[in-house]
Amino acid sequence: MAHARLTPRQYLILGLISLCAPLGDTCLSRGMTGLPNITLAHPITLIAAVFTPWIALGIALLIGFFASYLTALSWADLTFVLPATAFGNVIVALFARFFLHETISLERWAGIVLITVGVGFVAHGPSLTVRPAIQPETMAETADTEMEQSR
Amino acid sequence: MTIPSPSPQPGFWAATAMIAAIILASTAGEVMTAAAMKSIGDLDEIRARSGLKGAIRAVFTCPLFFAGVSFLALAFFSLLFALNHMNLSLVAPASASLTLVTNAIAGKLFLKENVDRRRWAAAVLVCIGVYLLAH
Repeated sequence: MAHARLTPRQYLILGLISLCAPLGDTCLSRGMTGLPNITLAHPITLIAAVFTPWIALGIALLIGFFASYLTALSWADLTFVLPATAFGNVIVALFARFFLHETISLERWAGIVLITVGVGFVAHGPSLTVRPAIQPETMAETADTEMEQSR
Repeated sequence: MTIPSPSPQPGFWAATAMIAAIILASTAGEVMTAAAMKSIGDLDEIRARSGLKGAIRAVFTCPLFFAGVSFLALAFFSLLFALNHMNLSLVAPASASLTLVTNAIAGKLFLKENVDRRRWAAAVLVCIGVYLLAH
């Protein structure tokens, strides 16, 4: 399996996925908790909520996340993209610790360490499964070698 | 308006079924979306060749993409349904972490991705890590 190297631009896309998803969720949460209770009796208030600054920002970030995610899936494996972008959870936890001065329990520190090690594992490996069928030259070379061996 | 009293927590099998529904729908959605994007080709190259409009057209004319998004939407509504019956502190970490492992299995089975030992280890470590972080 060849090692498909990522370009700096592709690393940037993975970074955007990691950041946009948790930040978008945080903005939505912040926006929704600031609103008065929404009931099914007045569903129109839910539509009005979309135009409040925090929720609009959250939706914009989530659209950015989905566009980056689709782009990443077009050049990398699903089993590479999902663990690699889980690092966003760590960034949000550290952001909460150092900027919002929230306390992080021992359990959560353990979670941060495990995710970081897991991301390190997958990031050092190939990002895309190379299929022999796409490379006819390689197939021809393999066939030649097999023929030579059978002689 | 009266505040509804919290419904009793569901039993083990009902809770398992709700979390399983989220995981199954989410995995199906992720796999179909990934397959759709692979069939379309490198989006960066398409954008360089035919602009942003061309890239958007390539995505929106792929039926498999819509099948994937439908399953992702189903996963979202399953999550909302589960949250209506169970605590967020159980549903969110359990579904987020287990989905990583089911996606590794589905990626190997359906997308024929090369899930080597390194990727299995990453999936399991991140799965436990996400659970600990979100719990």
